[in-house]
Amino acid sequence: MTALTLTIDGELLAVPPGTTLLQACRQEGVALPTLCHLDGLQPVGACRLCLVEVEGAGRLMAACLGLVAEGMVVRTDTPQLRAFRRLTVEMLFAEGNHVCAVCVANGACELQDVAVAVGMDHVDLTYQWPQRPVDASHPRFAIDHNRCILCTRCVRACDELERAHVWDVAWRGSHCRIIAGLDQPWGSVEACTSCGQCVDACPTGALFDKQETCGERQPRPQRARLHRGGLP
Amino acid sequence: MAQIRCCTASGCRAAGGDALQQALQQARGHQGLSPAALSIKAVGCLRLCGRGPLVALDPADGGCQKLYGAVPPASALALVQLTLAPHAPGAAAALAAHAVDGDHPFFALQQPVVLEGLGRVDPESIDDALAHGAYSQLQRCRAEARPEQVRACIRRSGLRGRGGAGYPTGLKWDTVALQPPGPRLVVCNADEGDPGAFMDRAVLEGDPHRLLEGLAIAAFAVGAELGYVYLRAEYPLAIARLRRALRQLRQRGLLQGLDLQLRVGAGAYVCGEETALLASIAGGRGTPRQRPPYPAQQGLFGRPTLINNVETLAAVPAILRRGADWYAALGTGRSRGTKVFSLSGALPHTGLVEVPMGTSLRTVVETMGGASGVKAVQTGGPAGGCIPSALLDTPIAYETLAELGSMLGSGGMVVLPEGLPMPQLARYFMGFCAAESCGKCVPCRAGTVQLAQLLDRFCAGRGSAGDLQQLEQLGRMVQATSLCGLGQGAPNPVFSTLRHFRHEYEAACGGAPR
Repeated sequence: MTALTLTIDGELLAVPPGTTLLQACRQEGVALPTLCHLDGLQPVGACRLCLVEVEGAGRLMAACLGLVAEGMVVRTDTPQLRAFRRLTVEMLFAEGNHVCAVCVANGACELQDVAVAVGMDHVDLTYQWPQRPVDASHPRFAIDHNRCILCTRCVRACDELERAHVWDVAWRGSHCRIIAGLDQPWGSVEACTSCGQCVDACPTGALFDKQETCGERQPRPQRARLHRGGLP
Repeated sequence: MAQIRCCTASGCRAAGGDALQQALQQARGHQGLSPAALSIKAVGCLRLCGRGPLVALDPADGGCQKLYGAVPPASALALVQLTLAPHAPGAAAALAAHAVDGDHPFFALQQPVVLEGLGRVDPESIDDALAHGAYSQLQRCRAEARPEQVRACIRRSGLRGRGGAGYPTGLKWDTVALQPPGPRLVVCNADEGDPGAFMDRAVLEGDPHRLLEGLAIAAFAVGAELGYVYLRAEYPLAIARLRRALRQLRQRGLLQGLDLQLRVGAGAYVCGEETALLASIAGGRGTPRQRPPYPAQQGLFGRPTLINNVETLAAVPAILRRGADWYAALGTGRSRGTKVFSLSGALPHTGLVEVPMGTSLRTVVETMGGASGVKAVQTGGPAGGCIPSALLDTPIAYETLAELGSMLGSGGMVVLPEGLPMPQLARYFMGFCAAESCGKCVPCRAGTVQLAQLLDRFCAGRGSAGDLQQLEQLGRMVQATSLCGLGQGAPNPVFSTLRHFRHEYEAACGGAPR
C-alpha cells in the first residue's frame, strides 16, 4: 500500500506509510502545540502537549510518536484535550522560575508561544519557586536551570547531531536536572565542541549565547540560520 | 532422618536467624551428634515473617513437623532435644512460648504452587533443588516437547502476568515466538518495588532454581538464546543467591546453549516498568518510552523480548508438571491459579500467603491474617487502592479488585487499622510517586508534586471545596496524560480513597487550621 487514509478533526487525508500523526496534522494545517519535539531529532513524547484522541485506542496518544494507521479517526481539539494542554503548560510554569520580563528569550520563546496558544493567562497551581543554579562557566554560552523545562532537546541535539553527548539528565522527579559531562561545570567538559546546537535547540531561554541580553534572542529557526546554520 | 529447617530469608535474618542457626550447630556438637544424625538445613521463607526467626522441626520418628517462631539462640539446645525426642517434656515446656500452630488457617488455607519449594529446598544447593525436582520440566520440554506445545500448555492454564497488569502469559509468549525470524530475548522482571510487597524476594531468596527453570522454559518456548534477570540492588541476599544458582547451573551444563545473565538495577521504582527496565539493561537511563511498539515486537536491543515477572515464571514448572487443566481448575472466572500475597500492616500474622484466586479478602486478612478492627485493605501498591472493610467479602481476582477502584497488583496487601486518616495514606503514596517519578514527562514529574501539596492541605485539615475539585481535576489529567504506568497509576490511591472515604476529605474542608 502506498498511502494511508485517516481522518483528522473530520477531514479526510492521505499520507505515506511511516508518517507520524504529528506530521499528518501539520500536513492538514492543524497546529498541535509541541515543546519536546524538534524536527531532525528522535521524538520522545515527554511534554505531552501533542496528545490526541484516537478512536478505539484506550489511551491518548502522543502525536509525535504515534504512526498513522489505515482508517484512523483522530481528534486534536476536544474540550478535554484543551483542558489537559492548558494544565500541562501551567505545570511547566509552576515548576520552574519563568520570568519573561527578564529573560533573554522574551518574544522568541516556545514556552511563551505555547502558553499563548493554549490560552494560559494565569496559573492556578502552586508555584514551586525552586532554587536552581546558573552555569556560566562556558566561554560562549550559559545555562540557566531556572528556565529549563527538561524537554531534552539539547541532550538529543548534542548526542544525535554533534555526536558529543555532553548533556544528559540526572536525578529523579522534580529534582531532575540537565547536566554537562559527569555533572561538572559546562566549561570544563572537554567533549563540548562549542558548536552551539544545544543553544539553537533550546525552546526557552535556558541555554543562551552570552553576548545576548534580555529579549535579544532571535526566534528559532532564524537564530540557527543566523549563527550557525545547523538545525533546520 | 531428623532435621531442623532454619529460615534464612531476609526477614528471619533480620530477626537473628543467623545467630540461631549457629547456636543450633553448636548445640548439635554439644550433644555429640554428627550432621548425618541431625541435619540443620538452611531453607527459604517459612511464611510467618512477623514471628522470625522461624525454624521447622522434622522429628526423627517421622512425626509431623513442628514450627517455632521468635526463637532466641539460647533455646537452640531445647530445639535439638525436641527434634531427637519429640516427647522430651522439658524441652517442649521450654519452647511452649515459641510454638507456632501449624494448623492455623494461616498455614492450613495456603495452596503452595509458586511457593511449594520455599521452606523445603536449600536455596544455595543445586543438588538439593534437583532432588526436589528442579529442572525436570525443563529437561522434559527439551526432550519431548515442541515450543508450541509448551506455549499451548501455558495458554490453556489461564496463567496471567503476576506483576500487576494481568496480561495473559500464553498470549505474550505466542506474540514473541511468532515475530519474524531472528534473535529474541527473555527477561525476568525481578525489580519488585511496591511498598509492602516482598513476594518475589521470597522466591528469589528461597528457591532461585525454580525461577531460573521457569525462565529457561520460557526461553525454550519462544526460541530465545539469551535471557536476563533484572534485579534491584536493594535485594543483596537475592542477588547473591541468584548469582550462586546461575553459577551452579552453568557448571552443571544444564543451560545447553542458553545464556542467562543477571543485571542489577540501582533501585529506581520506575525500572519495574518494562520499557524503563529494558533501557536500564541496555545501559541507559531507566526511563520509559511510549508503547507501541511493545517489547514483544521491539524490546531489548530492538529485538522481540519476552518480559515476565518472577511469580509468573516461577509458576511455570509447576504448571508443566501438574498440567494446565489442574492449574486452570484453581481460581475463578478469568483469574486462574494461585496468587502470592505479602500480608503486612495492622494484623497479628505478617508474612507470605499463597491462596487460590477467588479466595475472599476477608479470608486472607481476617481468617488467615487474624486481623480485627480493619478499616481497609490496601492492594496494588502506589498504583492501587483501598478496599473498605465492608467490601472484604469480595473474591480476589484481577477484575473484581479493579471494579472496586483498586487493583490486584503484584501482591502487596497492607491492612489499615481503624483510625488511620485516608488523606494521609493517599499523601504517602503520592509522595512515593513524586519521589520515584523518572522526570521524563511533565504530568508525572510536576503533577505528582502538585497533587502531594494539595493532599498536604487535607492532611492538615486545611482543605477547601476548591482544593477537592482541583484534586480530582488534576488527578484525572495526570492519569490520562502520563507517559507510563507510574504516572497513570499515581492518582489511583487518591481516587480510591475519595470513592470509599470521601467524607474524610470533606471533613478536612473549611475547618479551622488544626
